[in-house]
Amino acid sequence: MKQFGGSVLFLDRNDINTDEIIPAKYLTENSKLALKPFILEDLKLEGFDSASEKLADASVIVTRANFGCGSSREHAVWVFEVNEINVVIAESFARIFRQNMFNCGMLAIELAKEKIDELFSLGDSTTLTIDLDAQTITAIGCEEITFPFTLNSFDRDLVQAGGWLAFADKTY
Amino acid sequence: MGKTITEKIFASHHRDDPSENTVVLDIDVIMCHEITTPIAINDLVERGMDRVCDVNKIKAVIDHVTPSKDSKTATQAKILRDWARRHNIQDFFDIGANGVCHALFPEKGFIRPGYTVIMGDSHTCTHGAFGAFAAGVGTTDLEVGILKGVCSFRKPQTMKVLINGELADGVYAKDVILKIIRELTVNGATDKIMEFCGPVVDDMSMESRMTLCNMAIEAGATCGVCAPDKTTAEYLWPFIQNDYASVDDAVVDFEKWQSDEDARYASEITIDVSRLVPQITYGFKPDEVKDVTEMEGVKVDQVYIGSCTNGRIEDLREAGRVLKGRKIADGIRGILSPATPKIYNQALAEGLIQIFMEAGFCVTNPTCGACLGMSNGVLAAGEVCASTTNRNFNGRMGKGGMVHLMSPLSAAATAVHGSITDPRQYI
Repeated sequence: MKQFGGSVLFLDRNDINTDEIIPAKYLTENSKLALKPFILEDLKLEGFDSASEKLADASVIVTRANFGCGSSREHAVWVFEVNEINVVIAESFARIFRQNMFNCGMLAIELAKEKIDELFSLGDSTTLTIDLDAQTITAIGCEEITFPFTLNSFDRDLVQAGGWLAFADKTY
Repeated sequence: MGKTITEKIFASHHRDDPSENTVVLDIDVIMCHEITTPIAINDLVERGMDRVCDVNKIKAVIDHVTPSKDSKTATQAKILRDWARRHNIQDFFDIGANGVCHALFPEKGFIRPGYTVIMGDSHTCTHGAFGAFAAGVGTTDLEVGILKGVCSFRKPQTMKVLINGELADGVYAKDVILKIIRELTVNGATDKIMEFCGPVVDDMSMESRMTLCNMAIEAGATCGVCAPDKTTAEYLWPFIQNDYASVDDAVVDFEKWQSDEDARYASEITIDVSRLVPQITYGFKPDEVKDVTEMEGVKVDQVYIGSCTNGRIEDLREAGRVLKGRKIADGIRGILSPATPKIYNQALAEGLIQIFMEAGFCVTNPTCGACLGMSNGVLAAGEVCASTTNRNFNGRMGKGGMVHLMSPLSAAATAVHGSITDPRQYI
């Protein structure tokens, strides 16, 4: 099964929407890879630079509440996938974005605000590993912390199947 | 224990429970447009699975960028068009017959009370106005829908939104839903179905109910829903007249899609709209809403009237009340995009198109275009648009642009006044 984890990019804002993740003008592309340079192009966040090395290195995004709200565009998931980001950890997600992540076999993990605060406090050079069997997150920054997370068993099945199409083709 | 409308629809369309909290539903209508469907089509072809579950369940339209503006959008249109042809999809709408999906499909009678509907478009929640469960989904959900006719959802939690009072002249469904989002925030109804009810909803036309349900997603909701009634049956009558002896018979049948009196709601909110004034957004989120009177004098560069939220005939009539015999103020560009060919034709017949044109509006063909900054009215950096659309996100109508969401009446009043103003002085 796919391994999840790596360098963390922190996005310290609520309600980051899918137009900010990938603007609609790029939805005319018919290849996922073509989306790659436009990741988070319109993100409104002080100090954020979508051309930064930090973003290029990231495998995990840690953010606040209601991540991925707005449009249903799965391009907002694909643009992470082609940039090798396959985990987003947030206080909460918009429904369609969360489903799109699991439908693509990627992880959208919800944690309580206190846990998200703890992750933020580890600092910019944090790396993180996810043990899907044990359902634990281990994050190493200015210190090392490990804590559990929960996944809906269906969401876990989708990740294990490699996405909803593979799951549905087998099941229905 | 009683059930809500949505619980009844879930029970009647139940296919599977893949986990405790998840339900897989049989889907009645799978709607497709040229932005989110082509990647699903290409993927199905690559996998050797280029099939459709039931050709009659598929409805397809080229609407987001039409006529195509460049080679890329022409390719997207071609992929959808070729796919519709090779599968013999009858309900496919191309140039000359195409319009904004969430205005076009209801007027074709495709949505009925009790239906399940998905589309790769977040504003699919609009169709809940007919007492249906209609949800926006991503491309993979759409792809599985096309192939298998099913979609997964979490078990439904319904928020009851009781709308009391009486709307004053010049205050519309758009103002009501902006007020509700203002109260709830953009995250206030996440993972919930918003069931709109009460005397104000009972009095609303189908067009107004669609405006209300259309923006449920802006509060995070999975779907908006209104109980089907005589208004619903009258709207659908041309399509259901062979199924029922009379409109009243249809209304009786629709009662099976009403929430029971003892239905359990996850939460309830009540709003009284009797003293509501026109609402308008000021920031980059749809919950950043003020009374229009707090925004008086804010300059705009463009006024846009159209979209799946407010491009219907009722919206054009309301804007026409203000525009009749008046001109757009100097320095403002006005764009009208009637949402469907039928609406365009109706507006022509009623003299509305002439009113808009004499006021100085450019009238475009039906398309989503400018609402999401793709074509037909994209903003330059630093420009401001008074818009009847549904999203004011950063860059939504063009990089560096600013969008203020409002009702068609408020947008028309802004156009003639030269800056944002209370529209009630013009009626």
